[in-house]
Amino acid sequence: MVLGLINANPVIYEKKERRVRGAPSDADEYAVEPIDEQEIFDILLNDTQKICIFKYPEHPYSLEELKVITEDAIEVNDHRSYVRVTFTPTVEHCSMATIIGLCLRVKLIRSLPSRYKVDIRVAPGSHATEAAVNKQLNDKERVAAALENPSLLDMVDECLAPTYG
Amino acid sequence: MEFVDGRFELREIQKLEGHSDRVWSLAWNPATGVDGVPSVFASCSGDKTVRIWERSHSTGSWDCKAVLDETHTRTVRSCAWSPSGKLLATVSFDATTAIWENVGGDFECVSTLEGHENEVKSVSWNASGSLLATCGRDKTVWIWEVQPGHEYECVAVLQGHTQDVKMVQWHPTMDVLFSCSYDNNIKIWADEGDDDDWVCVQTLDEPNNGHSSTVWALSFNSSGDKMVTCSDDLTLKIWGTDLTRMQSSDGYAPWRHLSTIAGYHDRTIFSVHWSREGIIASGAADDAIRFFVESEDKDGLFTSKVDGPTYKLLLKEEKAHDMDVNSVQWSPGEKRLLASASDDGTIKIWELAPVPC
Repeated sequence: MVLGLINANPVIYEKKERRVRGAPSDADEYAVEPIDEQEIFDILLNDTQKICIFKYPEHPYSLEELKVITEDAIEVNDHRSYVRVTFTPTVEHCSMATIIGLCLRVKLIRSLPSRYKVDIRVAPGSHATEAAVNKQLNDKERVAAALENPSLLDMVDECLAPTYG
Repeated sequence: MEFVDGRFELREIQKLEGHSDRVWSLAWNPATGVDGVPSVFASCSGDKTVRIWERSHSTGSWDCKAVLDETHTRTVRSCAWSPSGKLLATVSFDATTAIWENVGGDFECVSTLEGHENEVKSVSWNASGSLLATCGRDKTVWIWEVQPGHEYECVAVLQGHTQDVKMVQWHPTMDVLFSCSYDNNIKIWADEGDDDDWVCVQTLDEPNNGHSSTVWALSFNSSGDKMVTCSDDLTLKIWGTDLTRMQSSDGYAPWRHLSTIAGYHDRTIFSVHWSREGIIASGAADDAIRFFVESEDKDGLFTSKVDGPTYKLLLKEEKAHDMDVNSVQWSPGEKRLLASASDDGTIKIWELAPVPC
């Protein structure tokens, strides 16, 4: 796959200071800890570190540094087993929007309990074909078919693979 | 109607495990479950297999009698029995349609239909079993003519949808084909002449009170004068036609929107099936199964302005499965027996039963 430089001069943001997660309460070590926004954010970024340096060799920045994903754009309702991630492509015509969204979905499917319902969307107004991208990302039949495509799956796995160094 | 005042409950009869991935679809064999023939259905899955389940005479429970594997190389998306129940058609993301014959309890793949460019998503036999329709991601609908010796000749490739076609379904009595799509539309196809001149005779789209997002499935009532469709727009829609006119004009009479069932579903509705006695079942991405019946109450403030029938929720089964419900199908034999298939990899058999007084 040959990709031109989609956004030659992206704005790079500082990584946010992490909150320190509270130590598990001693009172009940078996208590179920609800999943919250920060945990989803960590799943999407910290745990994998480099979900989005893929195919942007010119821009070895994480989705966080490009502000493609922010913690504010993650909604979680653990009680209802629901997560919605809203991401912001760096440019309106980002041709990678669907693949970024697919990676986010796959990462969440692989990380969260199966009871979770996941919606992925691009931020309102952030993409030229917003409705089409959102529709495709949330059609599970298309997602299932895409993940049976070996080259697409390789690309997703490459994106999600931990990077070192 | 008898359902309106009665209270019902959904009893889980059996949970069937065996598939190792999501179960996409299932189909009851129409020639079983009556006259002492044990009921049989097929299920298909992301695990690339089809399973045949048969009810045991002695225990009454369903057991897996056969696993059809090593034919499809990708997800098997849906399956359909011929009207005689002798043949099973299965379609796959591997772009093929397979025809299986039951030979003394063993299922043999007797034909493989190729032609679609990529994922095939749905298959349907017409009422006489002489025609087969398939559809898929290549935006086309194919009509195949069944010929002697397990030969299938493609007699039409129908183009009209602008996006992938999610489901095809023949009318229960007439050779008129219905398709629904990711393009939000339902299209009706009929043979205009004697030489397989299939054309789109009507499009039910959003300006005609149609759906505003992907239409996943459709089902007919028993007489064939009404159709229900379900969608990602979280509604069910009821459509009707004049059956007498349809029969006299050799197939086509216009269909019109009668009613929209909105406000009940929270996530995409993947499956809808109308029972012979008039109960609409729906399966959705919120893990629930719902049942609707036509309500004769037209005195209500909000319903009096609508000339179409109104429908009320008979029952909602929350958490029917642990994950999305992909398919709900009423049994052709026993009354009020329903099978459901889910992303959780299981199939459940349910009985919709009156609550004892």
